[in-house]
Amino acid sequence: MPADGQAEVSYPGARRPDRRRWVDTGGLRLAVSEWGHADARPILFAHGGFDFAGTFDVFAPMVAEAGWRVVAWDQRGHGDSAHAHLYSWEADVRDALAVIDSIGLAPLPVLGHSKGGSLMLQLADAVPHRVQAVINLDGLPSDRSWPDVPEHTRTRMLVGEIEAWLEHRSRAEDAVRRPGTLDQLAERRGRMNPRLSKEWLRYLVAVGARCDADGWRWKIDPALRLGGFGPWRPEWSMWRLPSLGMPVMCVLGLEVETMGWGTRPDDVAPYLPAGARFIPLDGTGHFVHIEKPRTIADLVIEFLT
Amino acid sequence: MNGLTGRRTVSLRHVRIELALHELRVGSGRPLLLLHGLAEQTPAAVPESAAAWPGPVWGLDFTGHGESTVPIGGGYTAEILMADADQALSELGEATVLGRGLGAYVALLLAGARPGRVQGTVLADGPGLAGGGPTPGSPSVVQTVPGPSGAPDPFAVIELTRDVRPPDYASSYVRQALQLSGLEVPVVVSAIVRPPWLAAVAGESGVVSLPVVEALRLLAHRPGRELV
Repeated sequence: MPADGQAEVSYPGARRPDRRRWVDTGGLRLAVSEWGHADARPILFAHGGFDFAGTFDVFAPMVAEAGWRVVAWDQRGHGDSAHAHLYSWEADVRDALAVIDSIGLAPLPVLGHSKGGSLMLQLADAVPHRVQAVINLDGLPSDRSWPDVPEHTRTRMLVGEIEAWLEHRSRAEDAVRRPGTLDQLAERRGRMNPRLSKEWLRYLVAVGARCDADGWRWKIDPALRLGGFGPWRPEWSMWRLPSLGMPVMCVLGLEVETMGWGTRPDDVAPYLPAGARFIPLDGTGHFVHIEKPRTIADLVIEFLT
Repeated sequence: MNGLTGRRTVSLRHVRIELALHELRVGSGRPLLLLHGLAEQTPAAVPESAAAWPGPVWGLDFTGHGESTVPIGGGYTAEILMADADQALSELGEATVLGRGLGAYVALLLAGARPGRVQGTVLADGPGLAGGGPTPGSPSVVQTVPGPSGAPDPFAVIELTRDVRPPDYASSYVRQALQLSGLEVPVVVSAIVRPPWLAAVAGESGVVSLPVVEALRLLAHRPGRELV
């Protein structure tokens, strides 16, 4: 198992996993973290893009304290999981099911934040016999953040984005993440997560980065890159929602920020399946479970009871 | 040098994948780059339809195909194969591209992504032309893949028959090629079968439909920056 971070940095309420193990997915090794008693009722947690299971270090113990065995994994290329040859949405969904298989065949509740929330919608639609309930934390993409510009301008934007990505692919073989001090990494991440406290970001560095001779580096595969292009449309994830026959709860942070989708309650309402619980949260950004862990944990525990 | 076919093979690095780029015919002038269909590989010799090409002819084995690396754990997208083909372009410089099936879709993406380097592209029938259709189907999770391991990678065969190919997404690439390549005819559709993405491409003004042999003749003799 990987070393347990270099966790000399503490954060109020944060607790590293009670157990860690590996799961194989098509020959690739995924790092799995668990909180709570090994024989408690299991629930699966899926983190967002460019995050890792350690981002649940405050939230997961709260759910575990209520009698749950929380199982989270580092998505391929993220955290302590293997850096893969290839990455895709379908592969992430497949990896999620490999983790569920490692827990057992009985259906279980699944919870996902951001990209993880969208992954769980697709998983529940694909294998409803394995999923007892779905909890989505600000993981409902809408097309609001897509630029509304004339077609000709959009063509140049797209070609610019693709060329930048191809150049990144050409260089990525030798790429390493830029090293820095723990505070520098926390400061860089803070630019993408402006609502999260400096103390929390420092804690994330201690569990999500490693300390090399020349400084701290995020563990995430340097071949991965934020942004991108492709045929995928945000509304395709929302299309999964009406299919779901199991209990569903969706939490939406209403404060718009870079890492979120800017989705509004009116965008979600038409897609909610009958009986779904929908909770828009004022004054809360994209990372609802990090900004308000107690509130979200209480919602989850109550919803699952 | 490959002992069986006598062809020369260049190994290209694409992040963690070793790609095999095969030289099927030595020559001078603008190269023709062949992109094979799904679960195919570069042919041993120049195919008959490309025999009249006046310059050198090369073929790329995509990730998970032919002599290229078979990745662990799948995760294929057409965009990654486009980046494979971009590595071949970096090696060859400017080239005309002939794609079959999946390779035709990848050739279109490449023509739109690198309008300054792709000197005309021909989209031909072949395996994997339609992909997963124009909109997402009912999802399923494929965890284990049937058949022997090795090339062609079963994960590629499954994942690249399910990837969504929206017509307006394909159109955005053909428009990039039309607007930015400076070519009068940057894209020729030769395929008889026209799934929705290809029907949209063929419907763009400036795109012509011709059989492969005539398409290559048109692109070979087009007045360009270099003589062939």
